[in-house]
Amino acid sequence: MNILSQHRSLELHRAAEFIRLHSMEAIGSCGAGHVGGVLSIAELTALLYQEVLRYDPKYPEDPARDRVVLSKGHCGPALYAALALAGFFPMEELLTLNQNGSSLPSHCNMHKTPGIDIGTGSLGQGASLAAGMALGLKKRSSASRVFLILGDGECNEGQVWEAVLFAAHQQLDNLIAYVDVNKQQLDGYTEDICSLGDLRSKFESFGWRAIQADGHNIDELHNATQEILRETGRPGIVIMDTVKGKGWSGVDGKPGVHHVPISSEQLEEARKEITHRIESLTAQLEGIHD
Amino acid sequence: MINIRTSKHMLREINSMELIRLAEADPDIFVLDADLMSSSGLKAFAGKYPDRAVNCGIQEANMMGVAGGLSAVGFIPVVHSFAAYAVRRTLDQIFMAGCYNQQNIKIIGTDPGVCSAANGGTHMTFEDIAIMRALPGITIVDPTDEVMLKSLLPQIIQAHGVAYIRLFRKNKRVIYRDDTEFTLGKAQVVRPGTDITIIAEGPLMVFEAIQAAEKLEAQGISAQVVDVVSLKPLDEQLILETAAKTGAVLTAENHSITGGLGSAVAELLADHRLGIPFGRIGFPEMVGETGTVDYILQRFGMTHAEIAAHAITLVGEKDEQ
Ligand SMILES: Cc1ncc(C[n+]2csc(CCOP(=O)(O)OP(=O)(O)O)c2C)c(N)n1
Repeated sequence: MNILSQHRSLELHRAAEFIRLHSMEAIGSCGAGHVGGVLSIAELTALLYQEVLRYDPKYPEDPARDRVVLSKGHCGPALYAALALAGFFPMEELLTLNQNGSSLPSHCNMHKTPGIDIGTGSLGQGASLAAGMALGLKKRSSASRVFLILGDGECNEGQVWEAVLFAAHQQLDNLIAYVDVNKQQLDGYTEDICSLGDLRSKFESFGWRAIQADGHNIDELHNATQEILRETGRPGIVIMDTVKGKGWSGVDGKPGVHHVPISSEQLEEARKEITHRIESLTAQLEGIHD
Repeated sequence: MINIRTSKHMLREINSMELIRLAEADPDIFVLDADLMSSSGLKAFAGKYPDRAVNCGIQEANMMGVAGGLSAVGFIPVVHSFAAYAVRRTLDQIFMAGCYNQQNIKIIGTDPGVCSAANGGTHMTFEDIAIMRALPGITIVDPTDEVMLKSLLPQIIQAHGVAYIRLFRKNKRVIYRDDTEFTLGKAQVVRPGTDITIIAEGPLMVFEAIQAAEKLEAQGISAQVVDVVSLKPLDEQLILETAAKTGAVLTAENHSITGGLGSAVAELLADHRLGIPFGRIGFPEMVGETGTVDYILQRFGMTHAEIAAHAITLVGEKDEQ
């Protein structure tokens, strides 16, 4: 089993904080954004782009690359920060988020942003697009894998469950999904709007391998990912237990943080908190020899 | 002179307040939303009538089917999502429940056309009028301001059938005097003129058309501005009369030039053999992108400046005829 060293784990946690920082800078630069759902996938996007995915930032169209489908497409800023850190485009570009003519619209667009494999923003549809990619890659005997990121509120959509049935029936073991269970959707708590019940047993009964993990713990996420990638004959999903708005006290775990305006004072506050954690992770890293 | 002013309320607040008022008298009004109650303003309705409001969650197609079922047992469902999801996402459900089964469903699609601005291309809806116009028996309106919304909403609730209300939810601009009355199927002459008719729809383009007409007047061209009011049914009589009178027609819509207002008017003129100079302002065949409303309108040549320039060309063609 490929277990992360303590050093690597800290590095990835730090990468997640960098993703938080740059996402907040980007959202702050345009004054408002989907802060809650962006912050809850920082660890996941760090793990994927720094450790798991196969890609070449100089050749984003490489047919041999792994594919990523951010089905909760409104959380583009988290992905853009991860892509910029991975070298797909200059970091400065992050500050053009949502501006007139920008190549970084808050909802992902494959024709505008290098490294985005498919456009999303209409919830539920990414699930089918990912299933189609996985099926097509299998038909072409490709070794590429498809990584699908779903929101929990998004799982209200019937299309998600059609895709889940389909992927199991087609035995798409090159498809790995993550559902960001941050317990909130736009209008409130998922439990109060359209309860999802036990997601893990739902996915299992639909024929998927399903593993529960703390979505803010890189080691747990990594182990769950490795286990699913070894699976054959069926797709797998990591049910990520997360906190909406994780990592900035202004929104962390609070209700009503789906899409919020960000003032320059708030941005400064977030910047301070996140930078503080980055420094502390750096100090820890310096104390360990890899 | 048109007195353009700013309301204290956004259209979404007016919409919710009016529905609350109508629901007082009509116990059958039932509101459904798909995790966008904070965006639609319908939280206010749900607060007032918790037993007659359901937030379905993010499942627009199911919501539309549920609306059909509620209608089948006598309710008047008022269904909301962003225009993109209220129409594109649920088309077969609208057809089955609303057209085939002829149920009574009132659909509110917020932020049509370019109005979704920062939400970008996925949320921009340039084809909703075209789609809905092709369905039999549907009423389509794009209320220009709160005065029009207040006047039309009771008529829409009262008439059995499917109605689609495009709603620029954050609009505060008011064009009409408070006592103006509107009727479904009756267009409104906003500004009289003799050289050309500009037929516009909705808060953005009626405003642009008025500004264009003012610009044109300064250049000695008298433009009649007509607010179409309801895209379906279309006020055929008024449009044919104004076309015959002014001898040139330009349409302006917050929608694709394919299948929307421009197409509807072109079909009407052609059906009546009215071969006059004619043009359409609207989105070309393409998808939207992130940007402010003003930026996008400019980028696609849809502001008052382009309306005026196009009108000048059409008036010039008239002289050549
Ligand atoms: C089909 C569709 N319906 C509605 C929306 C509007 N919308 C954007 S995000 C969102 C809530 C998403 O909740 P969730 O999936 O839990 O995302 P997260 O909390 O992770 O941001 C809604 C309703 C949309 N983008 N697509």
